[in-house]
Amino acid sequence: MSPIDSTLIHLAFAVLLLPLAGFTLLIFFGKRIPRQDLIETGILFVALAISIYIMVQKVFFIAEPRIDFTFRWLDLGALIGHPGFTIDLGIAIDNITAIMLVVVTLISSLVHLFSLAYMEGDVRYSRYYAYLGFFSFSMLGIVLSNNFLMMYAFWELVGISSYLLIGHWYEKKSASDAGKKAFIVNRIGDVGFFIGIMIVFTQLHTFLFSGVFAGIAEGHLSGPLLTAAGILIFCGAVGKSAQFPLHVWLPDAMEGPTPVSALIHAATMVAAGVYLIARVFPMLTADALTVIAYIGAITAFISATIAIAQNDIKKVLAYSTVSQLGYMVMALGVDAYSAGFFHLVTHAAFKAGLFLGSGSVIYAMHHEQDMRQMGGLRKKMPITYWTFVVFSLSISGIPLTSGFLSKDSILGGSLAYGMLTGNYLIPIIGYSVVFLTAMYMFRLIIMTFHGEPRDVHKYEHAKESPKVMTIPLIVLASLSIFVFYSFNPLNPEKGWFLESVTKPESVVPGYQKYSWDFLQVKLVEKHPGETGVTNSGETFVTTNAYQMELERIHYTGLFLSLALALLGIFTAFLIYDWKKIDAEKLKQRVKPIHTFLYNKWYFDELYGATAVAGTLLLSKSFAWFDAHVIDGIVNGAATLIRLWSRLSGSFDHYVVDGLVNFSAWFTGLLGRGLRKVQTGRVQTYIVFALLGVIVIFYVFKQF
Amino acid sequence: MQYQFLGIGYLTWITFLPVLGMAVVLLIPKASTNAMKWTALIATVLQLVVAAVIWINFKPGLTGINDPNGFQFVEKYRWIDLPGVAWFGHVAVDYFLGIDGLSIPMVILTALISFVGVVASWNINKAHKGYFALYLLLDTGMMGVFVALDMFLFYVFWELMLLPMYFLIGIWGGPRREYAAIKFFLYTLFGSVLILLVMLALYFSVVVKDPATGQMMHSFDMLAMMNPQNFDPNSLLAGIGTYWRYVAFIALFIGFAIKVPIFPFHTWLPDAHVEAPTAISVILAGVLLKMGTYGFLRVSFPIFPDAILKFAYPLAILGFINIVYGALCAMAQTDFKKLIAYSSISHMGVVLLGIAALNTQGVAGGVLQMFNHGVVTAMLFLIVGVIYDRAHTRGLNDFGGLANQMPVYTGIMTIAFFAAIGLPGLSEFISELLSYLGAFQAFRWVAIFSSIGIVLTAGYMLWTLQRVFLGQLPDKWKELSDVNGRELVALVPLMVVVIILGVYPSIMLHPMSSTLNHLVDFVHKVGTGMTAVK
Repeated sequence: MSPIDSTLIHLAFAVLLLPLAGFTLLIFFGKRIPRQDLIETGILFVALAISIYIMVQKVFFIAEPRIDFTFRWLDLGALIGHPGFTIDLGIAIDNITAIMLVVVTLISSLVHLFSLAYMEGDVRYSRYYAYLGFFSFSMLGIVLSNNFLMMYAFWELVGISSYLLIGHWYEKKSASDAGKKAFIVNRIGDVGFFIGIMIVFTQLHTFLFSGVFAGIAEGHLSGPLLTAAGILIFCGAVGKSAQFPLHVWLPDAMEGPTPVSALIHAATMVAAGVYLIARVFPMLTADALTVIAYIGAITAFISATIAIAQNDIKKVLAYSTVSQLGYMVMALGVDAYSAGFFHLVTHAAFKAGLFLGSGSVIYAMHHEQDMRQMGGLRKKMPITYWTFVVFSLSISGIPLTSGFLSKDSILGGSLAYGMLTGNYLIPIIGYSVVFLTAMYMFRLIIMTFHGEPRDVHKYEHAKESPKVMTIPLIVLASLSIFVFYSFNPLNPEKGWFLESVTKPESVVPGYQKYSWDFLQVKLVEKHPGETGVTNSGETFVTTNAYQMELERIHYTGLFLSLALALLGIFTAFLIYDWKKIDAEKLKQRVKPIHTFLYNKWYFDELYGATAVAGTLLLSKSFAWFDAHVIDGIVNGAATLIRLWSRLSGSFDHYVVDGLVNFSAWFTGLLGRGLRKVQTGRVQTYIVFALLGVIVIFYVFKQF
Repeated sequence: MQYQFLGIGYLTWITFLPVLGMAVVLLIPKASTNAMKWTALIATVLQLVVAAVIWINFKPGLTGINDPNGFQFVEKYRWIDLPGVAWFGHVAVDYFLGIDGLSIPMVILTALISFVGVVASWNINKAHKGYFALYLLLDTGMMGVFVALDMFLFYVFWELMLLPMYFLIGIWGGPRREYAAIKFFLYTLFGSVLILLVMLALYFSVVVKDPATGQMMHSFDMLAMMNPQNFDPNSLLAGIGTYWRYVAFIALFIGFAIKVPIFPFHTWLPDAHVEAPTAISVILAGVLLKMGTYGFLRVSFPIFPDAILKFAYPLAILGFINIVYGALCAMAQTDFKKLIAYSSISHMGVVLLGIAALNTQGVAGGVLQMFNHGVVTAMLFLIVGVIYDRAHTRGLNDFGGLANQMPVYTGIMTIAFFAAIGLPGLSEFISELLSYLGAFQAFRWVAIFSSIGIVLTAGYMLWTLQRVFLGQLPDKWKELSDVNGRELVALVPLMVVVIILGVYPSIMLHPMSSTLNHLVDFVHKVGTGMTAVK
């Protein structure tokens, strides 16, 4: 390891452990230190500075793809004649790690800063900062892990910090419920992840990504089992990134403080699932990727439709987050790896901004979250308003914003994929969500900031938030501009970001890599020169076909998405600002649909009636079985034995003892009878003796 | 002998120190209850010190199990020597103690939990003399089981611990203590009878040369029972894979299964726990349950390797049932202690799953889970004890909002609950991980179905946490005080162990690994009829 590499590894450890140190300090000495909040915030800014250094070094100056540091954590020795059982752990820095380090520490430090004002005077202020530090530690752990085990461990730790922070105001039942729900729903996904890891480990005997990929390349894990492993690992992402069907926890997680929502439930933790897919991307088979693409698309669509009908400002943003995460997942599924990761990063900035902006509004409105009570805040809160507009333009994908660059790459990827594979549904969903996104975002802006104030009293008291809250907004708004990612506002391809985030080589055996059979046929037709033959004699197609298709549809896709986004914004203005269409009347006309969307497609009700009720019923009936049947048998056996012992007691008393007493009585009877013979007179005895002798004489005479 | 103090071996010291303490307790006048408490405390602290000395001097890398040279701290003397007994012939029983990588974690666990138990017994309020005397006797019984290598001696210790337990539950327990105590006693006694029968069958089957006299004779030496060559060819249990060997294995299995407890022999456990005083629950869950699984690994597996290879799959399925059934039953409880009792059943299922896998990671995970579960469950019962002492109720629905009233307590409780959930960074994560990895390699589908337990555990644990600690504090609990110093003395050491083993489990796994590897290897080779490896 060269000196600079080893320095970077050390620095990465420092970044990882600093927030943990802050957590430990605050948990044990929280009350005794003055201004604990500043300590933790300062720590995060130091971590941010180090992360930026690491990223710059890694992305621009170090040519090798990854710096690995591995150590032996566990050695259980070897059975004779078997390979030993060992577990190696470690951290690695490659480009996406380095970028993620900056994303996490940046958003985290801004959220720390923002919370100084937002959480001021909270009942558990130092606890809050401690948990934020713990979260940052766990999240950085996910980012840095170079193996499945640590990834999974930090994955769970992130889950628990999310649990603790969602339930920060645990006096409220809804908050503690939401935390519990988040953890359990995540756990369901995690079990899949865990099983996936077990498959990998059992086949390849290592947790290290590098070792796993090498093993798959050598063919030690292939076929349906490899697909299953990929899909199961993806289950972890389904939980953490709130994908359909496990997306139900994220909107409830909004019970947590708003800065937490910005950090954990918008920018970083929920993106961990996407990061996981990016990490294991080389081992995903075509079938697994297809599943991933569809799950992502379905999620994007469902949650975008829900977002349109919500009135709680945070709920809209929550569903928007789910929808955007769906985009990222879909991007990875359709092989648009770089685009998916790109969107993760840009989304982290603008969605954190949106949440912090909503936090600023909620703060000004004295913890009012219902948009129907807002309106007209534009004049009172100019900084919040204008940054909010920038974020919304970015998420809607309007040129000159970062969101445009990343979203356009995703949509282009999905379109190319659809055209090549015949999965037209995916691009259709992708593009329709563009319209929905623009519409619900501007609906939100108009309801909150435009028009006349609806709650005049609260409006009177509203004012722009303090600097510690607006500065993070301004920083994030500037990071939502294209120039930080690519100097060309219309095409990110040549920007530093996409140059440094390149799709890794797949390690999946060739025949599985492109096992979409429809894809094979079509690609062969379109680009006959690009096909090849694997060792096993099956044909395959190189991805260049995909690249070519991508370039071919680039401008079509771009204009299509732009048109749809503008249409969405226009519709929002038409309905909510200019009131050309009466929102209430519209609602009445599509009432069943509106009710359906307003109630979030009834997922919670469905799960409540099936999974939750089923488990509780099962648990109650098992407990009954245990108390009545099993214990009934035990107690029944005891009763039977007692009965038996009573019976044998009676037997003993009446029969055994009866016999004894009978024989005694009988003997007595005999004795009494014989007593009569005992006369005491010699003559009588002589007669008896004589009779006896005669009897004996006759008896013996027989022989 | 190297490891001696005052001419007496370390293992004898660690086993009989509590009995010394008991003798002192019995001599103390009835009124000086404090002197009794301190005597018990000193005895267990000294025991803990000896355990630490043993651990420091323990040499990892030796085998054990069936290899006499692989054991450490060995003490072997002729204990009973009857030249001519009708029927039995020449009876000789050895006082044979020794430890290997399988027993070392259990020895440390027993010493640790016994110490914690004394601290938790501080506010026992009646018949102190009897309580502490019986407690210390119980301690000796438990420790003896984990260090005995002669089956007769093993059985003596096994029974020795039964009677004190019966009285400790039956006299110092809750309202239904007599029912619970008799249920525990009869259940365990039933198991003991089966163990006794198998022990005698083994005794009459094994013939070894007595090193002292050179005469061929029967033996209770467990190590001798592990060598198929020592079985008299005409005896009941000779050969491998015979009908009677399977019968004997199953009888022995039931004997140990009651202790674990394995479904459907588990219903004594919730009752015993609910009625037992806190310290006894701690001992029961922390140490006693481990004797069952220890018995499998020490006795059943190496003596009947052919049978365990045949019954590994059913054993794994029993593990699955324990995990899922225990978790679901736990979810339905409203009594805090009963909930923890059922969670014990569920967590012990993980041990079964791991050891049934019969591979390095599975067995190591199972044994580590025995240790970790002992520590974590001890914490959980102490935690229940803390609020029961203050509130005199254990109803989960009676509480709420304790987090604000008792912050330190809540912090410790959070660690224990998260450890029970299997959160990474805390001890149970590692042992469950290894157990599942092992099971997955051996029985993929059983492991997959068992992993439902991971979700269920999180469910009932977090629900409990919510019901007791979160939400609004009812007015009647406004007076509850936070944990006191004594309770911290009991809880903090356990918490430290949970965290250390969660981050760096090698401390515990390293001394175990070569013995467990040897065990796995031995079972596979001997069980399939290949000759025993040295």
